[in-house]
Amino acid sequence: KEMTVRDALNSALDEEMSADPKVFLMGEEVGEYQGAYKISKGLLDKYGPERVRDTPITEAGFAGIGVGAAYYGLKPVVEFMTFNFSMQVDLTPLVALVSGLNLILLQAIDHIINSAAKSNYMSAGQISVPIVFRGPNGAAAGVGAQHSQCYAAWFGSCPGLKVLTPYSSEDARGLLKAAIRDPDPVVFLENELLYGESFPVSAEVLDSSFCLPIGKAKIEREGKHVTITAFSKMVGYALKAAEILAKEGISAEVINLRSIRPLDRAAINASVRKTNRLVTVEEGFPQHGVGAEICASVVEESFEYLDAPVERISAADVPMPYAANLGRMAVPQIEDIVRAAKRACYRSVPMAATA
Amino acid sequence: SDTATLTVETSVPFTGHICDPPSRAVETTPRELMAFFRDMATMRRMEIAADSLYKAKLIRGFCHLYDGQEAVAVGMEAAITKKDCIITAYRDHCLFLGRGGTLVEVFAEVMGRQAGCSKGKMANDQNDATVTEVAVIGATSAVIVTSGGSMHLYKKDSRFYGGHGIVGAQVPLGCGLAFAQKYSKEEHVTFALYGDGAANQGQLFEALNMAALWDLPAILVCENNHYGMGTAEWRATKCLAYYKRGDYVPGVKVDGMDALAVKQACKFAKEHALKNGPIILEMDTYRYHGHSMSDPGSTYRTRDEITGVRQERDPIERIRKLVLSHELATEKELKVFKLDFSFKDIEKEIRKKVDEAIAKAKESPMPDPSELFTNVYVEGYRVELMEQEAERKENLRLEQIGKKSELYSLEVDSGKISNPPPQEIGRRVLNINADL
Repeated sequence: KEMTVRDALNSALDEEMSADPKVFLMGEEVGEYQGAYKISKGLLDKYGPERVRDTPITEAGFAGIGVGAAYYGLKPVVEFMTFNFSMQVDLTPLVALVSGLNLILLQAIDHIINSAAKSNYMSAGQISVPIVFRGPNGAAAGVGAQHSQCYAAWFGSCPGLKVLTPYSSEDARGLLKAAIRDPDPVVFLENELLYGESFPVSAEVLDSSFCLPIGKAKIEREGKHVTITAFSKMVGYALKAAEILAKEGISAEVINLRSIRPLDRAAINASVRKTNRLVTVEEGFPQHGVGAEICASVVEESFEYLDAPVERISAADVPMPYAANLGRMAVPQIEDIVRAAKRACYRSVPMAATA
Repeated sequence: SDTATLTVETSVPFTGHICDPPSRAVETTPRELMAFFRDMATMRRMEIAADSLYKAKLIRGFCHLYDGQEAVAVGMEAAITKKDCIITAYRDHCLFLGRGGTLVEVFAEVMGRQAGCSKGKMANDQNDATVTEVAVIGATSAVIVTSGGSMHLYKKDSRFYGGHGIVGAQVPLGCGLAFAQKYSKEEHVTFALYGDGAANQGQLFEALNMAALWDLPAILVCENNHYGMGTAEWRATKCLAYYKRGDYVPGVKVDGMDALAVKQACKFAKEHALKNGPIILEMDTYRYHGHSMSDPGSTYRTRDEITGVRQERDPIERIRKLVLSHELATEKELKVFKLDFSFKDIEKEIRKKVDEAIAKAKESPMPDPSELFTNVYVEGYRVELMEQEAERKENLRLEQIGKKSELYSLEVDSGKISNPPPQEIGRRVLNINADL
């Protein structure tokens, strides 16, 4: 059976709201509009406006209200979205236009960091903050620099937060349910270009008790020559790169990180100790990125197992350009991953195409 | 008797904004007036002691004192119960006491100590919610030391949600508490306190808008002490009528130096909020100390101004006069507190309690180093994974250090180690641009 990521998120929200009356959804357009990306479709009708709460476009304010409600013991799921003037449920994902989390997380970042992540520590465990901040993250298509940015490394550097990055429908269901049930604040970074993608799901994944452990990576494809780590949309790219590499005799192991914080260092290092080569892939900026952290971890723990320098594939170190040709150059492409993997395996590689 | 009703008129009338303000005639009792006196005198003494501890370098970092503003804390507590929530900014010591926190807890926290054991009864055994429970502070109690310091005191069991250092952030958080109270269909309210400086913060208006849209039982209390740090209110705020600045939200201006006026206003506000949603209370108050310990408090205001407020509006002196004029300070009323001494002796007794609390807090050791990593996440809930991870990493590292140093010494001996050429170092930082 197949399921889209959108339906996976929707069903996870539905099941958790049904299971626990303390769970409620709030954010821009989550109710009557049915969600700017239709993730919350049908929930208003089912649970009513008390539990599916439309907010004004005032992110700092409602992020704070969400955190305050969590202080009291409710379990808010705060959706970060903005407008999306052309989104229809049946449109192909590539024309989805606005990556809401980008715009809004920065407005709300004070409450996420200072009010949510630090309270349990500052209050010596008196005030836990069971809240989920979720929404689309990273680059979409042609939305310009202010709406194209990956926040994984930003939030991943903050103690007190958990940061999850689902790729498939299985990830989306299992991780969102885990995030809602978790007693700590979770930043849940989705990718709008994945919402419409379908993935096969097992009966186990469809069961309402299904839940994935936070902090565990998944080996999406086993291999023995080079390890490729990726998260969110880049997992799909890494898998496609692995297929191309296989044709050339390179067996790549693809790790879907699933969780940026806690980061599954054990899984990454175990894989690198097997393959002796590492390529990290992310859509975020290179400096102080997720790849930088993974590289540091491998250098610290598995230095003498490395047979080649670690390759980091990331966004270019520039704000996201609007022009289609520049935009393509600014974010990682499948061929970039293929080339990096070959470099790591000391195969000769052609120069990069200039879009 | 000590619970007989007395009616006292506030010296300043309330001013309402799109609401009829409450009556100036406030009902009180001898018992309550005595509690006000005792509580405020304790708060004052605590803050003055904190000042000394700071100067003795026993308190680090930030420390913001509340002396002058005590009437807001005690008046508010007299109108509400411990089921109602309070959230405030960094000037939080006295609000914590008002919620039933103890002197030892405050001193241990501001000195960063891990205070000790539980002896005797908790401070808030008294169930009479109309009398502030600080009446018996000084009783020793269990001490929970947090990791917050002066600005971050919490007491969740009596719904005190901190202690926040980011100016204005506590107002949306407070509206969130009110949201949860309404969501849970409880007849309780939240008081979110902020200063005249924070009153200009954008997120305050965002939260107020939503509180009004959703009829949340939120009471925004602007403690107007007339200076945001060293900036006089008129230099920072175009419209100085803070109680009117909710526009569509009703407001009341209150003499914040009069505990009875504060009580009356908070009672009024609670009823209003449960029925109609948010309301703003502007408490006209004053802080005697500077903004924080680094501010002598005298460069942006005159000594005469401070002295004038002390002489004419001091909240403790106001209650002292009331008690004396109503001849409440008789043996009979004093018996309520089971204290067999005069007014002068109450203050002396308070001084003793404060000193004892400081001594007890000083005895308490610094937190155990193991505390560094506790409570970053909720314990015993998937977080084990992170702890195991830390342990695993540490073991690996130790193993590696062993291995590496072995390797290194071998190779150095055989002259094989040399620094890589500079271009090799640069090669490590690769991204797609490197090839373009």
